[in-house]
Amino acid sequence: MTSPSSHDKPRCFQDVILRLQNHWAKSGCAILQPYDMEVGAGTFHPATTLRSLGPRPWAAAYVQPSRRPTDGRYGENPNRLQHYYQYQVIIKPSPPDLQELYLDSLRAIGLDPMAHDVRFVEDDWESPTLGAWGLGWEVWCDGMEVSQFTYFQQVAGYDCNPVSGELTYGLERLAMYVLGVEHVMDMPFNDPDSPIPLTYGDIFREAEREYSRWNFEIADAAMLFQHFRDAEAECERIVSAPPEDSAGRHILMAQPAYDQAIKASHLFNLLDARGVISVTERADYIRRVRALTRKCADLFMQTPLGQGVA
Amino acid sequence: MADLLIELFSEEIPARMQPKAREDLKKLVTDGLVEAGLTYASAGAFSTPRRLALSVEGLTDASKAVKEERKGPRTDAPEKALEGFLRSTGLTKDQLEIRDEKKGQVYFAVLNRPGRPAAEIVVEVLEKTIRDFPWPKSMRWGSGSLRWVRPLHSILCILSDEAGAQVVPLDVDGIRSGDTTRGHRFMAPDAFSVTNFDDYAAKLRRAKVMLDAGEREAAIAQEAANLAFARGWEIVEDKGLLTEVAGLVEWPVPLMGAIGERFLALPPEVLQTSMKEHQKFFSARNPKTGRIEGYVTVANIEAPDDGALILAGNQRVLAARLSDGLFFWENDLREAKSGMTDWAEGLKSVTFHNKLGSQADRVARIAALAREIAPLVDADPAQAGEAARLAKLDLRSSMVGEFPELQGVMGRYYALAALKDREADERTAIADAARDHYSPLGPSDDVPTAPVSVAVALADKIDTLTRFWAIDEKPTGSKDPFALRRAALGVIRLLESNEHNIDLYAFLVKLIGQFLEEPRIGVFRDVIGGYAKIIEQEPGLAEQYSPLELLEQHRGELSAYNQQRYAEYIRNNPMSEISMDVVLDHMDGWHRNTIDELDRKARDLLSFLHDRLKVYLRDQGIRHDVIDAVLALPGNDDLVLVTRRATALNDMLGTEDGKNLTQGLKRAGNILAQAEEKDGVEYSFGADPKFAETDEERALFAALDAAEPGIRKATASEDFPAAMAAIAGLRAPIDAFFDTVQVNTDSQVTRRNRLNLLHRIREAGRQIADFTRIEG
Repeated sequence: MTSPSSHDKPRCFQDVILRLQNHWAKSGCAILQPYDMEVGAGTFHPATTLRSLGPRPWAAAYVQPSRRPTDGRYGENPNRLQHYYQYQVIIKPSPPDLQELYLDSLRAIGLDPMAHDVRFVEDDWESPTLGAWGLGWEVWCDGMEVSQFTYFQQVAGYDCNPVSGELTYGLERLAMYVLGVEHVMDMPFNDPDSPIPLTYGDIFREAEREYSRWNFEIADAAMLFQHFRDAEAECERIVSAPPEDSAGRHILMAQPAYDQAIKASHLFNLLDARGVISVTERADYIRRVRALTRKCADLFMQTPLGQGVA
Repeated sequence: MADLLIELFSEEIPARMQPKAREDLKKLVTDGLVEAGLTYASAGAFSTPRRLALSVEGLTDASKAVKEERKGPRTDAPEKALEGFLRSTGLTKDQLEIRDEKKGQVYFAVLNRPGRPAAEIVVEVLEKTIRDFPWPKSMRWGSGSLRWVRPLHSILCILSDEAGAQVVPLDVDGIRSGDTTRGHRFMAPDAFSVTNFDDYAAKLRRAKVMLDAGEREAAIAQEAANLAFARGWEIVEDKGLLTEVAGLVEWPVPLMGAIGERFLALPPEVLQTSMKEHQKFFSARNPKTGRIEGYVTVANIEAPDDGALILAGNQRVLAARLSDGLFFWENDLREAKSGMTDWAEGLKSVTFHNKLGSQADRVARIAALAREIAPLVDADPAQAGEAARLAKLDLRSSMVGEFPELQGVMGRYYALAALKDREADERTAIADAARDHYSPLGPSDDVPTAPVSVAVALADKIDTLTRFWAIDEKPTGSKDPFALRRAALGVIRLLESNEHNIDLYAFLVKLIGQFLEEPRIGVFRDVIGGYAKIIEQEPGLAEQYSPLELLEQHRGELSAYNQQRYAEYIRNNPMSEISMDVVLDHMDGWHRNTIDELDRKARDLLSFLHDRLKVYLRDQGIRHDVIDAVLALPGNDDLVLVTRRATALNDMLGTEDGKNLTQGLKRAGNILAQAEEKDGVEYSFGADPKFAETDEERALFAALDAAEPGIRKATASEDFPAAMAAIAGLRAPIDAFFDTVQVNTDSQVTRRNRLNLLHRIREAGRQIADFTRIEG
């Protein structure tokens, strides 16, 4: 394994990730680990959703495994996966040189903006389930979208103040481009010269097949509906619990409540993939998840983390 | 005199917002400067993805000193009035002058406003401009509260004259103005200072920034054409794309590539749309094959390898996109060749509108209607019906799912595939109708002329209009979610361009009736259907009688039916004590309400069509009063007839003869209307030359006798210019008549005879319009 450096090219998927980790660590971010729950995108990690609320400064970067059941293609499509990785950076307040920091991260993974055509193309971001929106761009490298760059304006209905800058890299697609690979399953995961070289397919092909079948055909819709209602009820229960515990400590439980909102959101995605939610019901489920997120945010704003720096 | 240079340097401004932002910057700043008392010679605004710039030349150095006197309250006015006056003038009481006026002593404020230096005014105007800038969407960033389209990084603001340049000092939320800017993000990122606009533009060019969007557009167009020419290709022109791409680059570097051989089987529209929408590529056509074979992408950098790496990357992305396209196309074609039954089935599960059923229901209706319209527009009914059935199936295809803007275009390809065994003419007529049935989409869009296309296009729009009118879902103000105004204009333009006379009222009654009768039973269906039938058989009746009168006339038939129903009812409910009379009374009431509703909705839709027609004709230079005068006549549901009359009349009103004749016709109409109002009768026949007393009267009789057959003949063949010419021949006798003859004389016989004569004039005019409505 060659050590990550900013000039030579990465040779495998994990090298791309390590170089990004290294770059953002040097740029002052806390390098967090993935959130230990099923989410549709890195934005759902509480490190982004909840921490973008309130006045406290924040800087974090992390890899987030993300699940989009409807995108499953049994491991056959060169680009589409129901389980993939996002690299997420969130900095509050957004620093004035965020674009430069971002471009340095591209340099770090071997994309030299003097040799490639890097462009910031208008793309406004919105998440109906999170009740969030922001303005920014999709970043193009030689005509391919490699990242999403957003200045959060609102999250869970709250105006962001200060504003967080959020960067999201679709890791597989970015790495495939850097490494010149045509099919995701052929992409070297570790160094191809390792004693035991592994491709992305060695690790995930079978999983993609299995989850695709489960997502589309086997998942028990009745059970998923029940889980959705359970998560919703538990979230409401946590949110409306009295602020003092049995020993009289003042503890609001915004994060456990938010876990339930995440759960509900993922269950909705599973139901959607299963094809059991009609067009009209769809809007209603989205609204219900948004209402949960909103309640969690309301609670978070009353916790020490949501308040000003003590 | 000085020149002002402003640059607002930010992160990337969306391309689509730049043209308006340039205009807004220019207007807000120059208006502000002028309002504050400065003048300037000229101004120009510029934009690149990262900057908005404004150059104002020949700006005066300071505003002029102004002396202003303002009259205040009288000295004996209440204290409050004085306080208000002091507040508004910003003076103290001892600074006021007291002058003697007629009504007593009055306070006067003499305000000497000194001239202000330009720099001071620029600071105010620019700060206000930045804070109030009308971006379609703006944002905050970092910890600040300032809003801009994307984070604003620096402000360049200098005033320069022969002596040199001076920074106009400005501080907007911590962003201080200066005289520096930066070049291209990658090729010349360092800051440099500038002294005036020429210096600014020249240094930017050296720093790989082409400031003027127009110049970037021209450079892209030129270089793209050169690249294409070298390969024997030509660029498919796309002005919108050119403007957008020019807003995405500061230093355009067009690069040309070829589309992989295996993708050339895709329809050119698919290649073009995919390349444009996803990648903002220009399409290059090979004139020898007529196919789209290449593309031009525009990079923002001069790469060391002349763009080889960039082009390779773009090529890769394109191949991935087009692979998807090819996959869609091949799957879709397979379905098309097998008859598109899955798609037809699929339309059943697509809701068109929750009160109006599924897309499949809608297609069935449009097909039935297209068959019915076909003979009126010289189309084959079977072909029209089939085309309507196929026309919307592409909505279920993968390709249209990916590119909704290709609806219709794909429909044509799939119809061609589905009808592969049919005779060529028929196949083309049906497939073209599938493509063109959405047309026209706007006031300048091409109007279909092929009969089958016209039939389906009309059916599509009329079905939409009548159904939405039936459920009272109409456009209000700026809200028109179902594009009903566009549909109405489409109907007008289709009828107009193809010169098809259709009595719309009967059609609307029938179609709205079909909707109203759906949920109803028995007698209601019959009464609606009966009314529609009466109107259809004799459209003129609707203008002579109200719906209720018509029903009354046909009561016998309905009554017989009702008696039959009553008999049935009694048979089924032998114990019922309800009498025949009560039942019939009820039924009459229901009939009335039903027919009233139907008539009201049909007329309301007709008047909506008239409103759109007015807008359409006004855009063609036809006066609004002319349109109103024509619409006041019977037969106004035939829109082609209305247009012909209005055009002929409008043309005539442009001539001296026409204006005078109009006066005569108006006068005749008005005198007659007053007399009829007063006497309570209609003077409509029996004018007899033997009661004529003067030569002028006799001459008018003779002139009318001579002109009337010509007018009638011309009107019958709808040759309204000829009818107008024939009426114009009446001008001299009418003028002479009014000059010498008194209509309202003491002799009742003479008076009646003259009024009846006026009626003949009125009738002649009414072949074209109700002249009393012409203004002036």
